[in-house]
Amino acid sequence: MTSQHRIRRRMTATTPVVLSLLLLLFVLAALSLGDRAMARMAAETLIRVTFVVGFWVFVGNSGVVSFGHAAFGCIGAYVSAWLTLRPEMKATLLPGLPEVIAAADWHVLPAAVAGGGVAALVALLTGAAILRLSGIAASIATFAFLAMVNTIWANWTSVTGGTSSVVGLERYVTPWVALGWAVAAILVAALHAASASGLALRAAREDEVAAAASGIDRYRHRLLAYTLSAFFCGSGGALMGHFIGVINPDGFYLGLTFLMLAMVVIGGVGSLSGAVVGVLALSIAVEGLVRLEKGISVGAVTFALPPGSQEIILAVAMILILIFRPAGLMAGREVMLPARWVAGRASRET
Amino acid sequence: MSLQLVFDALALGGIYAVAALGIALIFGVMRLVNFAHGQFIACAVFALIVPSTDALAVLGLGALPAPVLVPLILLIGAGLAVLAEALVFRPMRNASPVALMVGSFALGVALQNLLLALYGGRPKAVSLWAELGQPVQIASASVPLLQLIVIAAVAVILAGLALMLRKSRLGLEMRAAAEDFTMARMLGVRSNRVISGAFALSGGLAAVVALVLVAQTGVADVRMGGQIMLVAFIATVVGGMGSLSGAVAAGLGIGAASALLQAGLPADARPFRDAFLYGGVILVLLFRPQGLFAPVGAKPRV
Repeated sequence: MTSQHRIRRRMTATTPVVLSLLLLLFVLAALSLGDRAMARMAAETLIRVTFVVGFWVFVGNSGVVSFGHAAFGCIGAYVSAWLTLRPEMKATLLPGLPEVIAAADWHVLPAAVAGGGVAALVALLTGAAILRLSGIAASIATFAFLAMVNTIWANWTSVTGGTSSVVGLERYVTPWVALGWAVAAILVAALHAASASGLALRAAREDEVAAAASGIDRYRHRLLAYTLSAFFCGSGGALMGHFIGVINPDGFYLGLTFLMLAMVVIGGVGSLSGAVVGVLALSIAVEGLVRLEKGISVGAVTFALPPGSQEIILAVAMILILIFRPAGLMAGREVMLPARWVAGRASRET
Repeated sequence: MSLQLVFDALALGGIYAVAALGIALIFGVMRLVNFAHGQFIACAVFALIVPSTDALAVLGLGALPAPVLVPLILLIGAGLAVLAEALVFRPMRNASPVALMVGSFALGVALQNLLLALYGGRPKAVSLWAELGQPVQIASASVPLLQLIVIAAVAVILAGLALMLRKSRLGLEMRAAAEDFTMARMLGVRSNRVISGAFALSGGLAAVVALVLVAQTGVADVRMGGQIMLVAFIATVVGGMGSLSGAVAAGLGIGAASALLQAGLPADARPFRDAFLYGGVILVLLFRPQGLFAPVGAKPRV
């Protein structure tokens, strides 16, 4: 029986590897088409993978829907911008920054890590309050947190530039950089999900009372997952900023929240693979819809969807999935190598 | 000055209370946190004007005299909510509260983009009952007539609803359903009727909020329901999820706190008023995670 268990463990360990290979294939396919637009789309998709996998670490394991993770993206993006913009630019654009930050001229990689780190710190502090609430009330409190961050960022003009955008971020995010972050996020998410804390959190999600009776302190495990997930959403936000080159508080508000939720719901919130598959499926669908909105010429006739139909179609698709396939496309399963492939030595040992 | 503040607080708190009641009614009967409520409000606002993407708004229904217009808009709000229930939430009846919440969020996004496609994204000037803006002198305060009407209307609505919930059959069934839905059904409460009724009431309340917002601001904006919906959510959480009177009390309280902060904060800090407000709410919840007026049924039973 132990060998059965061991095979199962090995299969679980293959999930992040298979997912990373899937993303690698996706990048290679997008790049081999040679189109610059495709390369951009690939990079954007992989940034979203970083984001959504980070989001899933909390939502998937705890079962609490968070509306606040876009705010962590906002924090990460601005921290990275504060640290990497040229000091002379900051002096004119953002005169209210403290001395140390105004003089900072960091390399982009530590800046992205710092963005995630600050987001994680904010998550640790706010989560300590929010996660004491029960599931639904906690969701609403995360929504209040999102609105709070957005209000502060839109009005603290001397430090954040207010509603006008911060421009001139170094655009270094190629599909390969984004792939690196996405793979890191997947690895960490898989490690966390398989850890004792991840297991305890999922147990508490399934049955709060039984888990508490088994000595699980749900609050502590929730807070850990929240902090970890905020780290990847923060660095995802930093990547997003350095991908587009321009950041704005409203770029990290309800639109992004909706997209992340739609991706997780359509892919299936029950598994890490669901989150990744959801991002890939929706990114490809969104790309198609955006092209349709711009118009496609068939012969002499240009055929175009009215603007805004992209969101309507996504929202309707999301509702249909919720009604007819509530567990999402992956229905809670993980992609993994078949038992035969990983059994090899283990089955001979017995 | 201080009397003025009392009127501001009452008017703002009253609107928040009505919005919070719209959320709490639906949560009470089917454990749904309705993220589309803000869009119900926006739809009721835009029902006043003729669909077009032009910058200039042409009043359609809004040009009707008030005694016809008000019931008509209330009916439109109620109809929209009942329709949403039949199309989206009825097929999801057995889904978890989390799935319902995500579904309502998607519905809200769909409605918002539908409005964007029909009316364009720019805010439009709408003058509805402009003559109500003139001030009335009461003791030391000069209060806009509209504010007095809002306060009176909110008082009438709250009293009417309280009476309906206590005396009528539907009200009794709703309270029973909020207490224990399964048990209520076993005792002969028809779930579809109760749930449709709750949605109709909630949609009507959204329409009230819409009318007041338009008359106060003179603007129709696709995003206008969002902020008030957020406050209404917070009020339902602070009041204790599922407690109607708690939602009303918390709505009034948040409105009063908001008016006080607006008057009391130094000018530099005023743009951050809402951030202080939300921060304060999180603080309250730290000490009373179940809300201030948690109903008996709120605790999970083993």
